Amino acid sequence: MNRTKVDEEEYWNSSKFKAFTFDDEDDELSQLKESKRAVNSLRDFVDDDDDDDLERVSWSGEPVGSRTRPGSFQSLSDALSDTPAKSYAPELGRPKGEHRDYSNDWSPSDTVRRLRKGKVCSLERFRSLQDKLQLLEEAVIMHDGNVITAVLIFLKRTLSKEILFRELEVRQVALRHFIHFLKEIGDQKLLLDLFRFLDRTEELALSHYREHLNIQDPEKRKDFLKTCIGLPFSAEDSAHIQDHYTLLERQIIIEANDRHLESAGQTEIFRKHPRKASILNMPLVTTLFYSCFYHYTEAEGTFSSPINLKKTFKIPDKQYVLTALAARAKLRAWHDVDALFTTKNWLGYTKKRAPIGFHRVVEILHKNSAPVQILQEYVNLVEDVDTKLNLATKFKCHDVVIDTCRDLKDRQQLLAYRSKVDKGSAEEEKIDAILSSSQIRWKN
Amino acid sequence: MAAHLSYGRVNLNVLREAVRRELREFLDKCAGSKAIVWDEYLTGPFGLIAQYSLLKEHEVEKMFTLKKSRLPPADVKNIIFFVRPKLELMDIIAENVLSEDRRGPPRDFHILFVPRRSLLCEQRLEHLGVLGTFARREEYSLDLIPFEGDLLSMESEGAFKECYLEGDQTSLFHAAKGLMTLQALYGTIPQIYGKGDCARQVANMMIRMKREFTGSQNSIFPVFDNLLLLDRNVDLLTPLATQLTYEGLIDEIYGIQNSYVKLPPEKFAPKKQGEGGKDLPTEAKRLQLSSAEELYAEIRDKNFNAVGSVLSKKAKIISAAFEERHNAKTVGEIKQFVSQLPHMQAARGSLANHTSIAELIKDVTTSEDFFDKLTVEQEFMSGIDTDKVNNYIEDCIAQKHPLIKVLRLVCLQSVCNSGLKQKVLDHYKREILQTYGFEHMLTLCNLEKAGLLKLQAGGRNNYPTLRKTLRLWMDDVNEQNPTDISYVHSGYAPLSVRLAQLLSRPGWRSIEEVLRILPGPHFEERQPLPTGLQKKRQPGENRVTLIFFLGGITFAEIAALRFLSQLEDGGTEYVIATTKLLNGSSWMEELMENPSESLEEAPPEDAFGRSSGHSVCVQMEVVMSAHCTPCASSPHTLPLSGERGLTEQAAGTAHSSSEQADSASCLDSV
Repeated sequence: MNRTKVDEEEYWNSSKFKAFTFDDEDDELSQLKESKRAVNSLRDFVDDDDDDDLERVSWSGEPVGSRTRPGSFQSLSDALSDTPAKSYAPELGRPKGEHRDYSNDWSPSDTVRRLRKGKVCSLERFRSLQDKLQLLEEAVIMHDGNVITAVLIFLKRTLSKEILFRELEVRQVALRHFIHFLKEIGDQKLLLDLFRFLDRTEELALSHYREHLNIQDPEKRKDFLKTCIGLPFSAEDSAHIQDHYTLLERQIIIEANDRHLESAGQTEIFRKHPRKASILNMPLVTTLFYSCFYHYTEAEGTFSSPINLKKTFKIPDKQYVLTALAARAKLRAWHDVDALFTTKNWLGYTKKRAPIGFHRVVEILHKNSAPVQILQEYVNLVEDVDTKLNLATKFKCHDVVIDTCRDLKDRQQLLAYRSKVDKGSAEEEKIDAILSSSQIRWKN
Repeated sequence: MAAHLSYGRVNLNVLREAVRRELREFLDKCAGSKAIVWDEYLTGPFGLIAQYSLLKEHEVEKMFTLKKSRLPPADVKNIIFFVRPKLELMDIIAENVLSEDRRGPPRDFHILFVPRRSLLCEQRLEHLGVLGTFARREEYSLDLIPFEGDLLSMESEGAFKECYLEGDQTSLFHAAKGLMTLQALYGTIPQIYGKGDCARQVANMMIRMKREFTGSQNSIFPVFDNLLLLDRNVDLLTPLATQLTYEGLIDEIYGIQNSYVKLPPEKFAPKKQGEGGKDLPTEAKRLQLSSAEELYAEIRDKNFNAVGSVLSKKAKIISAAFEERHNAKTVGEIKQFVSQLPHMQAARGSLANHTSIAELIKDVTTSEDFFDKLTVEQEFMSGIDTDKVNNYIEDCIAQKHPLIKVLRLVCLQSVCNSGLKQKVLDHYKREILQTYGFEHMLTLCNLEKAGLLKLQAGGRNNYPTLRKTLRLWMDDVNEQNPTDISYVHSGYAPLSVRLAQLLSRPGWRSIEEVLRILPGPHFEERQPLPTGLQKKRQPGENRVTLIFFLGGITFAEIAALRFLSQLEDGGTEYVIATTKLLNGSSWMEELMENPSESLEEAPPEDAFGRSSGHSVCVQMEVVMSAHCTPCASSPHTLPLSGERGLTEQAAGTAHSSSEQADSASCLDSV
């Protein structure tokens, strides 16, 4: 009885236990107290060896870099290297609980746990390979990337490359973190060594190739891309790398030449349409557009001729026609546009053919504000009647609409269209003539 | 203040208060006046948990954005850097500290790492010779930030990439830590389910952390019945599909950042004359979107096609309410009318805003290109023509539509076909590289590594099995009064949410075959509770499931989960947590391997006037503006978004002018 009473007293008096009160349990305040207690108890496992100060919630950092104590490890440099700490001394007290940081007998697992809590501990004491690897394994089990990286930094500094690589190879999680870490700090050389060691040829190649993005100078970038060509990419990627190099090489030549032409002021096309930007590092299709714009008539032998680009990079017909069309339409060179779709058969008859479909041709021409006569010509070439009628209506090619309605013997639609054309216009007259014609057997 | 957080089944205000208290405690540790230097990315998330007045109460007198060069003068005792643990930010901090004017009064420097301290960063500071300068280097474990009464996000950018591409599990560790905090506040969650490798990892970490927990038993009565952990790579399809809910479309078109959206100002010009509305506003209209706004809460999760009728109904009700004034004859009636006026005016303002937004969205959704894109997406998802080169995608490339749009479509096709045939894949790759630049080979490799773009293995297409078993495609969709989650994509039911739905009823045992097709293990763990804490469910009482999306979630998925929560006979209510709120475009952007220079320099149209796509350009713009790096070389300026975010919170939606003026004066930097 007595015993129970003592226990009870202790229970009621201890700050760690919450006494039952008759307060409204649901009010926000009591909920908050509850939650705070909960967060504090959570801290117990995050920070289990700190003092029991209930007011602190989960801050686990502490001031570092204050006055150096003999034999203490306070900053990262103490923990990770031999150089003495910088000695800027802010006026800050040390929180309780830090004194225990300097013990030398933490096991690898304790050390890792302390690192995870943001405590500073020395890793230098772990001299044997076995200890170091145990550190790494403990860190990996924790899944905390921050700690894993800290241990990897230590291992990178204290182990030879060969041993480090060998041990990482059999520890995939740590290996992935190490690769990520090397990318982060930009240690390209070690990264490539690692890929080579692991025989990850494609990653090695890609990683090397990625470097070109950091090179601004076009000549240097070109030279660098050349070093990528022999690398073990997949078959298709190899072809793309080769193309990338060839393209930049080409662009450098074109750029030098055109800049000269432009500044000389003798060439009409450059005078009329000054270049808005350099062609360097532009995509292939953009380069083709450029060449169709400025160098359309050049012979196949020149580097800047569109046909040469098409052949060198095996640009598909569709892509070529589309790009050339856009460029020539932009310059309102309707004759070139016409030639683009004219084919001669072996009897010498000409025929219009568009690998991209004439509906696309019409759209592109319209986007480049081609006159109605031109548009009309191509709308007429659209095979599907519905599409033709739609496009003709959309772009106000009256003749096409009227003729198509007539051919379809669609009186109703023609009547409807009559209301859309201007009063007293030639179109209206044409419609009236057709409507009054006795030759047509209307379907409606 | 954040009352809308406490409306849900679980009071998330408790969590918000806990993190706010931590912030206050940290600020008080740095005694005296202080200035905060912000990593710009953090200002958004911080705006959700603390308003400027809180900082001011704790002697924060100035705020700056972290920028290169020298810090602006500030007559304060403490300078505190609030930063993510990123190496490039350490370089900027070091530059700031080293260029500090030594002649001025001595100031104390501190760093607050969010959400974690990083030894790697500290090592960098050490190398730069400034580590010792910092009196305090601490961490602020802002793991899960409450967004809504049923929504938590870590807003950890790059979490998907780190987990599924780099194999770095740090964000999973943070997720596990966030879950431990939640359990400390809301009780141990007795049942854990999961699907995917990352889900397994997180569950393992949680179990381990619990085992290490040496303190007393958690004595809080559990609020959550279940935890469901889902890997994003179990369902790579959903984020690729265009979201068709109201909120989803706002996000797709304009991008929602930390519950704020920036909109073109034209539609929001003041209509009344004599309010100085002569010149049209040029600055983007910035609006907060949250369930604190009654109307938004009602329409956010609806299919966009059902929003118009709600808006017009509301308009009628509000104008009828204003008409009431003619009927008010007696003093009492007039008094009553006047007392309702503020609420009515707020409702009218809210209605006006959403009508404008809906108009903006409608301009996009009624465009020909949007329709064509949607048609192709829906064909893919219903399994039509997924194994050949698609004409529309080819057209998009030919017209140089934004690369992100093209990548989304190609990936969608790949996912809906369990990978593409060699010929098709090679064709797309070549077209993309030739049109957008060979360097995008790196991006394509990333997409392949993430499984978004791949070669069909063994000529087997598993998607039809998934589609049929999980009923991913529903032909009869009721967009107005939905009966199934598929309404969020007008036909496609998000795979992820279907998994959650089937888990709750009839259980995963019924879909074992499908679960084996999807990547990663599925599992179940029990966390035993002491008898006193075991729940005796009342008849008809719903279970509460915490569902955690590792690698991100879309607004459409959130809408689908809310739909399930609201079902009368659903039996389960969901609280949603995620590493990041995302959409297909922000996701693609995360996976793109672009040096910043190529993003800045590459003209959206060819420099030579080749015209490119139309309305969809907006997407790219949104994505690019969403990704602002703080390292621009311009001089220090105020953290615009953050400052506004923080002050707007303080002032509420009402924009109390005195509050703003007040904070503005404190924020004045130079």
